[in-house]
Amino acid sequence: MNFLAVIGRVAISFLQAAGKIGLFAVSGITHMLTPPYYPRELFRQMINIGYYSLPVVGLTTLFTGAALAVNIYEGSSRFNAESTLPTIVVIGIVRELGPTLCGLIVAGRVSASMAAELGTMRVTEQIDALVTLSTDPFKYLIAPRILATLIMMPLMLVVVADTIGVLGGYLLATSKLGFNSGNYMKSTIDFLETIDVMASLTKATVFGFFIALMGCYHGFNTRGGAQGVGISTTNAVVSACIMILLSNYVVTEMFFSS
Amino acid sequence: MTDMVPKISLKGLRKTFGPKVVLDSVDLEVMPGESMVIIGGSGSGKSVTLKCILGLLIADGGSIKIDGQEMIGISNSDRREILTKFGMLFQGAALFDSLPVWENVAFGLLAQRLYNRTDAKEIAIEKLRRVGLSPDVGSLSPAELSGGMQKRVGLARAIAANPDIIFFDEPTTGLDPIMSDVINELIVECVKDVGATAVTITHDMSSVRKIADNVAMIYHGNIIWTGPKNKIDHSGSDYIDQFINGKAEGPIKMEILKG
Repeated sequence: MNFLAVIGRVAISFLQAAGKIGLFAVSGITHMLTPPYYPRELFRQMINIGYYSLPVVGLTTLFTGAALAVNIYEGSSRFNAESTLPTIVVIGIVRELGPTLCGLIVAGRVSASMAAELGTMRVTEQIDALVTLSTDPFKYLIAPRILATLIMMPLMLVVVADTIGVLGGYLLATSKLGFNSGNYMKSTIDFLETIDVMASLTKATVFGFFIALMGCYHGFNTRGGAQGVGISTTNAVVSACIMILLSNYVVTEMFFSS
Repeated sequence: MTDMVPKISLKGLRKTFGPKVVLDSVDLEVMPGESMVIIGGSGSGKSVTLKCILGLLIADGGSIKIDGQEMIGISNSDRREILTKFGMLFQGAALFDSLPVWENVAFGLLAQRLYNRTDAKEIAIEKLRRVGLSPDVGSLSPAELSGGMQKRVGLARAIAANPDIIFFDEPTTGLDPIMSDVINELIVECVKDVGATAVTITHDMSSVRKIADNVAMIYHGNIIWTGPKNKIDHSGSDYIDQFINGKAEGPIKMEILKG
């Protein structure tokens, strides 16, 4: 009986949290679409989320692209199918590894940063101060963060992640595995289809939304002091990563299941 | 008798957090131009009263009127309109650490689109000067300021838009006695300058004697005494006597968890 009660409590609290996050998301989107707008704040967030994430995203995908090329070469050589390497690298990076790795890295960097910043603002009464200054915290704090992530994830970070990931495979293949540079590029371009790029950018947009939503939701609802900020930051990163992996499967199914 | 409409009127204000009743039935009137100080021990409901007036907490019952207009149940846009009449100095100053000092002071002016950035900066520098800070402080980050300077910047932000009502939440907490007196002096001068009504919550009796015209004491979620500052030493209330003299013995029982 106690066991059932525990399951019931967990189910209810999960549904409550899902409902609250859903309402928070709707409110965030509504405030994003209606004035007043804060372009200065939006620009600041775009720089912070997009520009400052570039080095870590680039490095991660460069080495992943190179490692992927080594693995595919080693595996495909068992069937004398080494020539498929460029095709598999580009499809693997663009469809899957580029957006997913980029999402997970940005979740670690940006979700944590948003949760910590907003959480600290909450516990030091800065969010209350905004209200007393006739400023809607949703419009000033939440909307620019969501919009900036929605813009920077697909238009900058994932494009860079995909490009550098493919470049990593190319550099490794041409320098160590004996591939011809021109042939490698031709195979890459010939086998990359529009739907691959569409899927990559769609994933980037969806991941960006969850990264900002989880960072903002957990930060905005922080309770307590330093410990509360720590808990919010952890929850933001963990929930953003889970949502990225879950939505990755859903978007992949949407694009490629048939 | 006067027909003057109170600037702030609380009637039967009630607020609970789960089973805990923080405000039972608070009745209080603050007249225009008056400086009201609300005193009371930790956990007596002072901050909750202030947050209910500001709309940061939603009251469970009763009435909050500003200039005769009911605040409970009004729309968010109407509330934001009324909030433009308010200034607030927070206990920890609550400065926005992502913005330089001058933008903190000018935040309300810029948010309400009252001035462009150049004019707002000029006003901010003037307000900083008013609270005894030099113009070069304007370009610093809040993290570079001492506690006393942060309080001054918070005060400059509170008076920047010449509000009708200014709220002070424990304005001298964490400051040394001399800096406390400086802040108290500034509060009196600034409130007089802008001709505002002031509501202060504190348990610092030197602040009370410096700032207050009238004093209200809150205990267990009710206002148990209200009167002019000069009557506080002869109030006839054992609660007031215990509080202002800081005695452990008396009718006020502090809630202390014993291990």
